[in-house]
Amino acid sequence: MRIRFHQSLDDLKEKLLVMAGMAEQAIQRAIEAYRTRDTSICDLVMHGELAINKLEREIDQMALDLLAMEQPMAIDLRFILAVIKINADLERVGDQAVNIAERVCDLNAFAAAEMPVDIPHMASLASSMVRKALQSFIEGDAEMARSVLAMDDQVDKMNEAAYYSLSILIKDQPSLTAQALNALVIARNLERVADHATNIAEDVIFWVRGADVRHHQGDPQNATS
Amino acid sequence: MGVGIEVSDLNAWYGTNHTLQEIQLTIPANHATALIGPSGCGKSTFVRCLNRMHETNPIARVTGKVLINDVDIYADASPVEIRRRVGMVFQRPNPFPTMSIYDNVASGLKLNGFRSRRVLDEVVERSLRQSALWEEVKDDLKKKSGASLSGGQQQRLCIARALAVDPEVMLMDEPASALDPVSTAKIEDLIFELKSQYTIVIVTHNMQQAARVAENTGFFLMGKLIEFDSTHKIFTNPHDKRTEDYITGRFG
Repeated sequence: MRIRFHQSLDDLKEKLLVMAGMAEQAIQRAIEAYRTRDTSICDLVMHGELAINKLEREIDQMALDLLAMEQPMAIDLRFILAVIKINADLERVGDQAVNIAERVCDLNAFAAAEMPVDIPHMASLASSMVRKALQSFIEGDAEMARSVLAMDDQVDKMNEAAYYSLSILIKDQPSLTAQALNALVIARNLERVADHATNIAEDVIFWVRGADVRHHQGDPQNATS
Repeated sequence: MGVGIEVSDLNAWYGTNHTLQEIQLTIPANHATALIGPSGCGKSTFVRCLNRMHETNPIARVTGKVLINDVDIYADASPVEIRRRVGMVFQRPNPFPTMSIYDNVASGLKLNGFRSRRVLDEVVERSLRQSALWEEVKDDLKKKSGASLSGGQQQRLCIARALAVDPEVMLMDEPASALDPVSTAKIEDLIFELKSQYTIVIVTHNMQQAARVAENTGFFLMGKLIEFDSTHKIFTNPHDKRTEDYITGRFG
């Protein structure tokens, strides 16, 4: 039994979950900042990014050490590869939160205006995708991960609808261009968060089943279902 | 991809110990096939059944069929003939210590009645080149004994000795486990080179080595062949839980 090695894998998983918690919190804070126009929350998001970046490097180093020292095989190898990729996706989720926080700071310089896009709803969907993808990682549940993939279309459609309705708004009310552009970028950031959640879910499926389902490739174990 | 070795219903015993149970396996020709598994799982016994060495032990017994290039080695060939067609390299290099390097390589041919100096010279050089040893020993062929070489060189000498009789199959039972990393890399490169000409079966405890040199891998456990598949599949996503538990170190 490789007890120390498997303990190290548990430690790696635990550390990634800390990272996940920080990335998830960053998105929630960014959306709260958008909802309340509170720049102090924006500051929290921006400061939080430093900790996320630091943790990203630590996790990559741990994974690299395990690959070099332990030469893992099969499910352990897939687990470490999945962790490396999920780690990068979580760091990008943190970046998207910072982007949103920056847009909120910019928005605060302009008069508040009603926008024809439901950012909080979109944010709630994207966040629930991240949460579900991470839950599937915690439980090693490929089925749960698969359900995340289906949710991505909904967020994509909301982003397209936001683009369409904000384009019309800019044309009809040019004075609201700055507010509309910020809302458009935030919608785009949330769509990217959903994409990262999708990537995480795909990595969980790869880890658990050994199936590469990226870019709509099929999972052999679901071929008959 | 042709069939090199076809094994069906193979059983082996040491006394009352049923060490191999109902093995069915097709080993492709001109490829390297790795056999892995914990100590005592039957993988070495299996390769010893492929050249009829198992039966040299008085308490050992074998049943079943082994076809090598369509010849049933238990029905249609003598053990001596089989051991010419199936070369074997062991964990510890075992050159004939009192013989020169040249005589070590030529010994199999001489045993088979070859006497022509020209033929022997040609085969010795070809075999030593094939085993990537020629450049290191060509000036000392008859001056130095096999035992004077380093461990890695001795192992390559043993490979040259096995190649000299022009076998169809090369069995390697942990051929690099007693060697340092540089010598191990040379043996692995050699296996990689040789597999286009010979059917190679390698027993190894070093899973990275199996992954590096073999196209296919079989996992043995308690005398049974649990899983046989492409090396890629075995080491990234094995079908059987027992295989996964073994290669990930969750065993026992």
